[in-house]
Amino acid sequence: MNRTPEPSTALTLGRRRLLFGAGALGAGALLTACTSNDPEEESNAPAANVNTNAGDNDKPGQAVTIGFSAPAADHGWIAAITTNAKAQADKYSDVTLKAVEGSNDVNQQISQVETLISQKVDALVILPFDGQALTEVGIKAMEAGIPVINLDRVFASPRGSRAWIGGDNYGMGAAAGRYVAEQMQAKGITNPIIGEVQGIANLPLTQERTKGFNEALAAAGMKVSNRVAAEFTVETGQQVTANLLQAAPKLDALWNHDDDQGVGVLAAIDQAGRDEFIMVGGAGSRNAMELIKADSGVLKCTVTYPPSMASSAIKLARLVAQNKGMSDLVENEIPASITLASATVTKENVDQYLPLGFAS
Amino acid sequence: MSESVESPGRGDARAHAAAEVREQEQARVEAQAAAAAAAGRRGRLAGVGEIRNIGLVVVLVVLAIIGTATSENFATADNLRNILVSSSVIGVVTVGMTFVIIGGGIDLSVGAIVALASVWATTVATQSYGPAVMIVCALLVGAGTGLVNGLLIAYGRLVPFIVTLAMLVSARGLAARMADNRTQLVTEQRIKDIATADPLGIPLLVIVLAVVAVVGWVLLNRTTFGRRTIAIGGNTEAARLAGIDVKRTTTLLYLLSGICCGIAAVMIIARTTTGSSTHGNLYELDAIAAVIIGGTLLSGGRGTIVGSILGVLVFTTITNIFILNNLATEVQNIAKGLIIVAAVLLQRRTTRDAAT
Repeated sequence: MNRTPEPSTALTLGRRRLLFGAGALGAGALLTACTSNDPEEESNAPAANVNTNAGDNDKPGQAVTIGFSAPAADHGWIAAITTNAKAQADKYSDVTLKAVEGSNDVNQQISQVETLISQKVDALVILPFDGQALTEVGIKAMEAGIPVINLDRVFASPRGSRAWIGGDNYGMGAAAGRYVAEQMQAKGITNPIIGEVQGIANLPLTQERTKGFNEALAAAGMKVSNRVAAEFTVETGQQVTANLLQAAPKLDALWNHDDDQGVGVLAAIDQAGRDEFIMVGGAGSRNAMELIKADSGVLKCTVTYPPSMASSAIKLARLVAQNKGMSDLVENEIPASITLASATVTKENVDQYLPLGFAS
Repeated sequence: MSESVESPGRGDARAHAAAEVREQEQARVEAQAAAAAAAGRRGRLAGVGEIRNIGLVVVLVVLAIIGTATSENFATADNLRNILVSSSVIGVVTVGMTFVIIGGGIDLSVGAIVALASVWATTVATQSYGPAVMIVCALLVGAGTGLVNGLLIAYGRLVPFIVTLAMLVSARGLAARMADNRTQLVTEQRIKDIATADPLGIPLLVIVLAVVAVVGWVLLNRTTFGRRTIAIGGNTEAARLAGIDVKRTTTLLYLLSGICCGIAAVMIIARTTTGSSTHGNLYELDAIAAVIIGGTLLSGGRGTIVGSILGVLVFTTITNIFILNNLATEVQNIAKGLIIVAAVLLQRRTTRDAAT
């Protein structure tokens, strides 16, 4: 009646536990070894975009503190914005950068900017997650005597900033449209089937890009036949493109708004085994430029929306805080608004733009 | 003079006897519960499940008719392949989710686990070990995070909603940190080939989904684990009284869901040729929606794998038809919402008609 466990059972159980434990340990060790992202060999990742040749203005002047606030770096382009801003500030011995943690919550971004205001920084660089929502806090900073450089996404009121610098979304679409039209005309295709992969459809920037693309095509008597919207992520780019390629069994040209999601767009094209059309990218990631240079697939061109604008914004903030103007202009102050041109990068001029390409 | 103090020997014997009776009783009750559950499935519940599925099949047929009527590119072999492949990743996640929901839980962390596993498996370090380690890594990360979920819920007595919500936030955060917010490109060609391989003319990704679904079906319908899952989801207290180790089974459910996410991560890496912290965005909602329109009770205790897979197919087909017809995303979202309501209403009607 004595029911002590059988010795052999106890032993097997012990062995099983031991084996399991060892296995778990091994798995843990393997996983830990796999977290590193440092390349083994020399990295060819692009350096951040900094500019060091700007005449007398770059000589050390009055020490200034610049506050910096941008959305969360969950996308290659925004990540490049933050990296560039920090790298440019590092170039100056007279600049201290106070960068707050990026956030996609407008409430949080507003309170972060308020904190920077109460710290009495000398100038602010703000890339708002939503320009409309951050306008009030921009005005508050300006009224507190802190000049604001509004980066890219525009405030609702010009009172919210001393200067605005940003990309040209309409121009980017127009550049893509012009390139596609030229290529179609060169090939003698009169009625081409053109596809378009948008980013997040309800953003004003997406609508402006599409407007530019449509109008440039319309000028050449062409129009978009298939339009889909992704969400600036690789996964959605792959998904919508896989379906787009079914909707259009034959394409002549395709414009993808964003090179980050473009990795997915290209994966879908490869997986469908399609190569009868030309593709134009957008934003200008390093990866896209290398593909254009290699000229091995459908991607022939990308129209830029350069994140180097963050470096320029830091330079502008520094000049404003030090009461300087831009040395190439006659005026004593910096301009109130600077729209960057969107460059058309093809195989011919890609080498010139590769240093500005950002890692997606 | 009654015996106030029993001799130690007799006491032991009595305790043993009582323990034995308890064990026998336990075994009997468990067998009964299992038998009842099995009988229920074969009888009334199985019938309802099938009819529910018929409702979904009707929805699919209607969608197919609309698709064929509105676009000449719908009913092509290529496009049907495309729909199946598009369903494969979310389909695998949904199989895991079906188990968790039938077991009376919920897993909000599936999308985040897919993202974390995809990033972990595509770091420069992991890729240097080759494709086999990448796949093992994704599976281990999925299993590990699923196990953490399960242990916290079963042994830490925390609410599944809270635990998996916490995992959603932290796993995606860890993924973003590990990837340094970059998209990690896959250089290994053999991993990319997974997306294009089609042994026997069927895409490998679809075969993976089929295997996962079949294994899931067998687990749910033909094993003790499946019976226990249904019993726990139906009535946790009754299951516990029937002698089912509720904690162990619950832990296994989340482990299973985690492993499914690991498999899905490998598939998504191959399909997008990248690992990224943005992968699997909102998969939790897609998977839950598919499970629910597939006829599984959100409160647990009842559900089918086949229904969930049909649910996934309905969603993918809707997206496909909208893109084929060049309709805007916002219209697509409105229609999706309406179709979810319509599908559930249709199911209820067919179920009621069958009952009367």
